Amino acid sequence: MDSSHTATLVIQRGAPGEQSREERHDVPFEPGQSVLDGLRWIRTHTDPSLAFRFACISANACKECMMQVDGKTAYACTARLVESDMTIAPLPNKALIRDLVTEIAPPGERLATVLGQGGLGEGDGK
Amino acid sequence: MILEPSQQERMEQVHLETDVLVIGGGGAGMYAAIAAADEGCNVILADRSLVGRGGATVMAQMTVAVAVGEQEPDHWQHHLEDTLAAGRGICDARLARLLCEDGPIRIREMDDWGVGWAREDGHIKQVHAPGHDRPRCVYVDFLNTGPAVSKTLRTKLSPLEQVRRIGELCIIDIVIEDGAAVGVVALHLPSNRIVTIAAGAVIIATGGLTRLYQRNSASANMAGDGYALALRAGAELLDMEFVQFFPIGHLAPRMIGMDPIMWDPFRYKLGGRLLNGAMEEFTEKYGQAETDGYVITRDLATYAITKEVEAGRGSPAGGAYLSFTHIPEADLRAAFGPVIDRLAENGIDLTKTPIEVAPIAHYHMGGVRVDDAMATRVQGLYAAGEVVGGANGANRLSGNAITEALVFGERAGRRAAAWALAGGGAAWSNSAAAGTIDLIRSAIPAGDSLNVAAAIVDLQHIMGELVGPFRDEAGLTEALSKIDRSRHRLGDRPFAAGGPFDVTELDWFDLRNMYLVAECVTRAALLRTESRGAHQREDHPEMQSGWQVNQIITLGDGGLNFASAPVMQEAA
Repeated sequence: MDSSHTATLVIQRGAPGEQSREERHDVPFEPGQSVLDGLRWIRTHTDPSLAFRFACISANACKECMMQVDGKTAYACTARLVESDMTIAPLPNKALIRDLVTEIAPPGERLATVLGQGGLGEGDGK
Repeated sequence: MILEPSQQERMEQVHLETDVLVIGGGGAGMYAAIAAADEGCNVILADRSLVGRGGATVMAQMTVAVAVGEQEPDHWQHHLEDTLAAGRGICDARLARLLCEDGPIRIREMDDWGVGWAREDGHIKQVHAPGHDRPRCVYVDFLNTGPAVSKTLRTKLSPLEQVRRIGELCIIDIVIEDGAAVGVVALHLPSNRIVTIAAGAVIIATGGLTRLYQRNSASANMAGDGYALALRAGAELLDMEFVQFFPIGHLAPRMIGMDPIMWDPFRYKLGGRLLNGAMEEFTEKYGQAETDGYVITRDLATYAITKEVEAGRGSPAGGAYLSFTHIPEADLRAAFGPVIDRLAENGIDLTKTPIEVAPIAHYHMGGVRVDDAMATRVQGLYAAGEVVGGANGANRLSGNAITEALVFGERAGRRAAAWALAGGGAAWSNSAAAGTIDLIRSAIPAGDSLNVAAAIVDLQHIMGELVGPFRDEAGLTEALSKIDRSRHRLGDRPFAAGGPFDVTELDWFDLRNMYLVAECVTRAALLRTESRGAHQREDHPEMQSGWQVNQIITLGDGGLNFASAPVMQEAA
């Protein structure tokens, strides 16, 4: 890979209860790319297990790709990739699910809430 | 709290029960949930993403076609005539009529719920979109139609105690007992739990299949899950060969934070000019000049741009130019509003330079075969929104997608509720769910043999290059053999890393659906030896009257079965 056209994503990975680890991933850099482009490149080229959340693919409509980019909360789809090291981490103030995925769903839309309301196996019946 | 350390052992299975289960939390699904709850049902609304965030509705920056007659006198029958004409003779007229007739009711209901349709001189403003005989399309400024629709429905849903919303729940299969849909087996991504849901009725509202294509305008959720779920449940699909390509998807310069189909409303409002690489207008060469504004239909525009590129007259990035440079800056600012600033952040100044556009997979006309109650041939199984086939025939009229989401969502919600309240079909059966649960539990570590994320990209290239807007026998045959080979590499046992939010496992199950649906599209396209609407065969360029039929697909023990059926011509 041509090092003059490379962005390096330093990504904090891990799941709850694990020791979190930092991984360095070089991705080819093209002007105008987003951090989400870089993360998607990693999944298709080097590590398909990297977990991050997105739906709308860079339209900034779904608001699902919220994470920390260089220490600031950002949408990965609108944060620009730059030709140097960038640190990527999960949101620090939300419960970690895995890698860059945190619990950002409203409480009313979580399975845990539904289970709390309905109880295991005690659905509404008919 | 269900978030536990990642573990190889899957957490305990969870079982829920409900009257109506809605799969998909976009516009159609949310409306269906509201309607079913209004009928007195308990509802579970499940989305593989976050409710009301993923899917196509939230991304729709465009307009909504509806004969409310606020701009000019109108009648739903005029809207129906335009819809049927665009559909090139193969619309299911019952569904098209329902869309047009109920559209005004839903759009006014959304107005009452505070969606905020753009207004002018005290009336709802309607613009003239291609293929319509008059100004008919309502919208929310600026480029905010989909987000506003989505937010309005989310707000309406949120206080409904009868509706339990569950995000990030990926439905793996619909469970069938005694010929009736009785629920689903699902995978909850954040906890990696298997969830079974017993339901009196199930509504598929999962949207279309544009994720099958390398260049697409919709979200990562639109991988055709609903078609695969319906097929495996025993329902029929129809007209799967008709994929609509949006002619002027954004191509260059690179733009982030914007929807690639954002240019269309501005082309209506301002008359953006479509130019080839030599900066010449070209659409008249393909049958229609644009002297009277932006009026050519999507299939013609897609054809014209593709042919100019093939003839070596494309723009540098391989599309056409879209130019607003003849429009005064003040008019641009008035039309684009704050979007001008977002464009500036992307280094785009419309007063100085044209942007480049190209066709991009946008919508799927085909889909699950339903009657006008949105019922499939499987008892208790309904569909709503883009996943439904037939209403738009061979080509969808601009603005009909949100209308059908709302109209079909409402109809499906009420009819599914009635079925469930009347007792539904058979009772939930653990043994009927066992096959799918065993499949999930049979997962093996991914290993290095196949990168599932890359396999998705490979499939997108196959479909984009060989099963795009222009097709021929050789390309379609090649696509089928490539799909078949890829499918063998995927194997019969899921890949799983274990632990929460296992994206490898999700991709495996997505590919399982995507290969099946890609085969449907490709084989249907190969069989239809004519050109009609969005399906253009280079080796069969004429429309054939003998092909004025719907192609029906079912799944049997030996694979897919294809048959043709007469078009439902009667609107009554």
